[in-house]
Amino acid sequence: MSDMEETEGHVGPAAPHRVIGTPPPSPRLLGSTAVAEDGDGDGAGEVTEAAGDEHIVGLPPDDPRVLLHAKRVERIVAACFTFAFIAGCGFIAAYIGLGVHSVDKTLRSNLALGTSLSLALIALGLGALLWVRHLMPNVEMVEQRHELRSETKDRQAFEEYFKEGAATSQFVKRPLVRRTLMLGTLPLLAIPVVLLRDLGPLPGTSLRHTVWSPGRRLLVYGTNQPLTPAEFSAPGQSITIVPEGFTDNPDALAKATVTLIKFRPGELNVPTTTNGDTLISTMNWTVENIVAYSRICTHVGCPVGLYEQTTHHLLCPCHQSTFDAATGATVVFGPAPRPLPQLPLTVDAEGYLVAKSDFTQPVGPSFWERG
Amino acid sequence: MSDNFDVPAPLTGVGGWLDDRFHGARGFRVLMRKVFPDHWSFLLGEIALWSFVILLLTGTFLSLFFVPSMSEVIYHGSYVKLDGIRMSEAYQSTLNISFDVRGGLLMRQIHHWAADLFMASLIIHMLRIFFTGAYRKPREVNWLIGIGLFTLGLLEGLFGYSLPDDQLSGAGLRIFEGALQGIPIVGTYLAYFLFGGPYPGNIIIPRLYIVHVLLVPGLILALITAHLFIMVHQKHTQMPAKGNTEKNVTGQPFYPYFLAKGGAWFFFIFAALALLATFAQINPIWLYGPYSPVQISSASQPDFYMGILEGSLRMMPAWEINFLGHTLSMSVLIPFAVPLTLVLGGAAFWPFFEQWATGDKSWHNINDRPRNAPVRTGIGMAAVVFYGILWAEGANDVLSDFLQIPLYTITWIARVLIFVGPVLAFVITRRICLGLQRKDKETLLHGYETGIIRQMPNGEFIEVHKPVNEEGRAVLEAKEVPALMPAPSSEDANGVPAATSPGMLGKFRAAANRAFAETIAIEADGHGNGHGSGNGHEAGNGHGPEIAGEEHEAVGTPSSPAQLPSGDEDA
Repeated sequence: MSDMEETEGHVGPAAPHRVIGTPPPSPRLLGSTAVAEDGDGDGAGEVTEAAGDEHIVGLPPDDPRVLLHAKRVERIVAACFTFAFIAGCGFIAAYIGLGVHSVDKTLRSNLALGTSLSLALIALGLGALLWVRHLMPNVEMVEQRHELRSETKDRQAFEEYFKEGAATSQFVKRPLVRRTLMLGTLPLLAIPVVLLRDLGPLPGTSLRHTVWSPGRRLLVYGTNQPLTPAEFSAPGQSITIVPEGFTDNPDALAKATVTLIKFRPGELNVPTTTNGDTLISTMNWTVENIVAYSRICTHVGCPVGLYEQTTHHLLCPCHQSTFDAATGATVVFGPAPRPLPQLPLTVDAEGYLVAKSDFTQPVGPSFWERG
Repeated sequence: MSDNFDVPAPLTGVGGWLDDRFHGARGFRVLMRKVFPDHWSFLLGEIALWSFVILLLTGTFLSLFFVPSMSEVIYHGSYVKLDGIRMSEAYQSTLNISFDVRGGLLMRQIHHWAADLFMASLIIHMLRIFFTGAYRKPREVNWLIGIGLFTLGLLEGLFGYSLPDDQLSGAGLRIFEGALQGIPIVGTYLAYFLFGGPYPGNIIIPRLYIVHVLLVPGLILALITAHLFIMVHQKHTQMPAKGNTEKNVTGQPFYPYFLAKGGAWFFFIFAALALLATFAQINPIWLYGPYSPVQISSASQPDFYMGILEGSLRMMPAWEINFLGHTLSMSVLIPFAVPLTLVLGGAAFWPFFEQWATGDKSWHNINDRPRNAPVRTGIGMAAVVFYGILWAEGANDVLSDFLQIPLYTITWIARVLIFVGPVLAFVITRRICLGLQRKDKETLLHGYETGIIRQMPNGEFIEVHKPVNEEGRAVLEAKEVPALMPAPSSEDANGVPAATSPGMLGKFRAAANRAFAETIAIEADGHGNGHGSGNGHEAGNGHGPEIAGEEHEAVGTPSSPAQLPSGDEDA
C-alpha cells in the first residue's frame, strides 16, 4: 500500500482510487506474502495473515484495539447462537402448543413454525459468518496444482500392462471365445427392456374410440342430468357434457367429454367434410342449432375450456389453440393441427339429447397410427 | 489467536482408531487444506447443492405422510370446502399434510420452493461457468455432468409436482402424455406403457412416486458426488488476479474457513427457503381442487423451469404431416424436442466446438472475463435471449393480461423474436465486449479517471489520470486470445499443408477461428514510458504533458497478450 500516494480526506492506509468499471482491489492488497503449500508435500502448509478487519489492519494481535474488537464480536456471535437456541426452542414450543386441523389454525401454526425456524437459521448463519470474518484471521493460501496428465512412464506402463493382460487372457487371440461371450451377454442386456412389456396393454385401436355409442344420453357435467333441446335454448350458451354411464370414469371422460353449444338460428354453419369415405362433420349432426364438439384439444389433450360467445371462439387455456365453433371448430389460431371432432347428435324417444354414434375420427392429440 | 491446545484424548483416540484401519489422516490432511477461491460467483453452485440437501430432508419428511395412490376416496377432512368431494388418495394425503400434520404445510412449501431454487441456481451456476469459460479443459466432463444434473432436475421437478394429483398438475401430466403420443412410431406405446393403459389410468402416480423419490434423486446424488469429487481432484478454477496463475490456486482453506462459511451459507439458504415457505404461498393445491380430465383452469402455468417447454408449445404454429396412414405431429414434436436440444445439446457440444475452432488444447485454470471472449459471451447471451423468449411466451396469457396486448399479438411477437432476438443479442453483446476491451486498454495505457480536476499554469483544466495499481493490472492484462490458425489450404515454410481441411468444414473452422481470435490488443505502441509528450493519445482529452509524464510512469509495455496460452500442451 505504501506505493499509493495519499488521497484527499483519507488518513491511515490509503484506499486506492476507484472508478466504477475498474476492477476492485483483490483481497491480497495487504501483505501479499502468502506461503505456497505443496498439496502433497510433507511440510504442514503455513498460512499467512493477509488482511483483517479494516480498522485493526496492521495492528499486532495483542493490541488492545484488536482484543477489544475480538471481545465485542465474540459477544455478538454468542448472542446470535443463543438467539438461535431460543428460536429453536420456540419452534418446538409452537409445535407442541399450536394445533392444526383447520385453515386458520394451520395458518397460525405455519406462521409460528416458519418464523421461529427462519430466525434460528438466520441467527446460526449470522453467527457463523461473523465468527469466520471477524474472529478468524483473514488468511490466504496458495496451493500448487499438479499436472493431471500422468507421467509418460506411467502412461507407457499402463499401455504395457494393458497389452500384457490382453495377451495373457488371449482375448484377442481367440475370437470364438470373444464372440460367444458377447453373444451370451446380449439377451441379458435386452431382458430389462423386455421385462417392461407388462407395464401396460398395447394401444390397439383404443385411441380411435370413445364410449359414445348410438343412443347414449348426454348428461350435464356436475348434475349428471340428461338434457332436452328445449332446456338448452338460450343462444350462446355452452355447457360441458359427459356420457351417461361413465360420469365417474376418468379414463372414459379423458376422451369422451364434450362441449355443447347453442347458436342463434343461421349462425351455425358446420361444413360437410369427409376423411376418405368417412363423414367427419356436417350440419346433419346438429339438433336445433345445438352442436357438440370434443372437449379434448387436438394439440396435446387439454380440455378446451373457454368459450367466447361474441366470436364463437373456443380457446384452450393450455396453449391457446383457438377454434371457431360456428364453422365446425376449425382452427383459428395456435398449435392445434385439426378441428375439434364433432359428435353426431340426435334426440331419443323421450326427447333427450343423445349421441347418434361415436365420434367418426379419433379425439385428442395426434399419434403415429392416427393417419 | 493461535492458541495452543491439546486435541481431546477421545478425539485423537477415535481418529487414531479410524486411521489405523482406513489410512484416513493422509487424505483428510490434504482435504483440510483444500483451497477455496474467494469469489461470490463460486457460491452459486453451492446454492444448488444446499437446496438439494434441503430437498432430501424435507422430501423424506413428506414421504412419511404422502400416500402415492390413485384410489378414489370421499374427502371428509379439515379443509371443509372440499368436504364430500371425490378425490384420489394422493390428493387427500397432500391435503392432510397441509392441514392435519403439524409443520406439514411448512415442509411442503419449503420442498417446493427448494425445488425452484435448485433449478434457478443451477441455471445461474451454469451461466457463470459458461461466461467465464470454466468448462474448458480439463473440466469438460464436469460441465457435461452439470448438464445432466439440469436435465434430471427438470424431470424430477415435473414428476414431483405431478404427485399431489391436483387440477394443475393433472393438466401438466395430460400435456406430458400428449407429447409422448406425438413421438413417431413408439409414442403411443410409450404412453400406454407409462400410464398402464389409456390416460389417466390409476397407476401413474405410484410409478412417478418411485421415480421421484428413488430413481432420479439417486441419479442426481450420484452425479453430484461425481461432480464434487472431480472438482476437488481437479481443484477450483480462479478468477484472474495478481498472483493467480494457471499452476496455482489461491484462496482460503477448507478447514476451518470454508467449513464455517459453507455452514453459514447453508443456514442462510435454508432460512431464505423457510421465510418463503412461511410468507409466500406456493402450489396451494386445495385451491386447485382434485384432478378431473374434464376441467381446466385458465392461466395454467407450470413451475418456472418448465416454462421454456410451455412457451415453445404455445409459440408453435399448427403443423402436421400425414402420410401412408401415419401422422407426424410437428406442432408437438418440434416444440418438445428442438428448444431443449438446442440449448442443452448446444451447451454440451460447445466446449468441444470451441477447442476445435480455436485449436486450443491447453488446460485453463484461470477463468476468462466474459468481455475477453466476445464470441463465447455473444453466443451465451443469444442462448439466454432464446431461452428467455420461450420462457416469457410460456406466460403469454398472463403477459397479455398484464400488458393489455392481445394474446395473439404477443405470440406473433415471440414467433418473430425467437429468430431475431438471439442474432441481435449476439451482435450487440459482441460489440459491448469489444467496447469493454477498448475501455480496458484505455485504462491500462492511460490509467483511470480520478475525478480530480487540476488547473494547469496556463489555465487549462485537466482531469488527473492515475495508473492502475498492480492488482488492477493483473486483472486487466489477464487476457488470453486464441491464436489465428493458418488459413486453409495454405502451406508453411516447409511446404507442409495447414492442418485445417480445405473443404467447407475447413472454411467454417477458419471463419470461426477468426471470430474467436478477434480482440482489442493491448499494444502500447508509442505508449511506453516515453509517451509523456501526449501525442500518442487516442483520446488525449486534457492530458497535460507534465501530469501525463508523472501519472504514466508506472505504465510499462505489457507483454503481448495475443500469445498462445502457455498452459501445458496436450500430448
